[in-house]
Amino acid sequence: MIRVQQEDFDFAQEVAHLSAGNKGVGGVCAFSGLVREMAGERSISSMTLEHYPGMTEKALAEIEAEAHDRWSLEKTLIIHRYGRLEPGDQIVLVAASSAHRDAAFDACRFLIDWLKTKAPFWKLEESENGAHWVEAKASDDAAQARWLNADNKE
Amino acid sequence: MKIIYFSWVRDKTGVGSEEVSLPADVGTVAELMEWLKSKGEGYKQAFADISVIRAAVNQEHVKLDHPVGPGDEVAFFPPVTGG
Repeated sequence: MIRVQQEDFDFAQEVAHLSAGNKGVGGVCAFSGLVREMAGERSISSMTLEHYPGMTEKALAEIEAEAHDRWSLEKTLIIHRYGRLEPGDQIVLVAASSAHRDAAFDACRFLIDWLKTKAPFWKLEESENGAHWVEAKASDDAAQARWLNADNKE
Repeated sequence: MKIIYFSWVRDKTGVGSEEVSLPADVGTVAELMEWLKSKGEGYKQAFADISVIRAAVNQEHVKLDHPVGPGDEVAFFPPVTGG
């Protein structure tokens, strides 16, 4: 399931849905991303997430479908927020449940790595130095490339 | 054609989205960017270095040599920074 929303979410409640009523689930793995108070030397007062309505939902659905193609999963969940957030706020949640732990761990990592390079979101940081758009990190491309390289080795 | 701009690309063009009539000699995303540069100083700045711009056609990520046509929705933005 995917959700793109402005409002906050309850981590425990959301993650509980991944195994609720399904005794075939042997493990659930979840990751949440938060707004950090420091960006290098700058202290962040807010972070505003912009996205591309329509394409965002499409991209997240594709990422989720790709995870289900790669691993045997019971359920997956991606929640991504947009709008103005403050340090400590939750930005994103990805989670996967499966019969055995490897699939849940790998799929969870995959969901966040792919989302970071494919989902059309942009972060605007505000600090004492004013507002500036966060730049994409080479390490995010590298994290996504790891999955592609792993594919090529198989 | 509908064109949408995001993040600092929009800050520079000064427009969030617009409808444009495509000249006959614009057939790819790269050619569209070249043509947009002629629309004003802001556009020129936005597309000054196309290596830092990403594009989507009809809400799918595409490369710059991807074809574009009159009915398409094209978006321009910097590399994404979600998650």
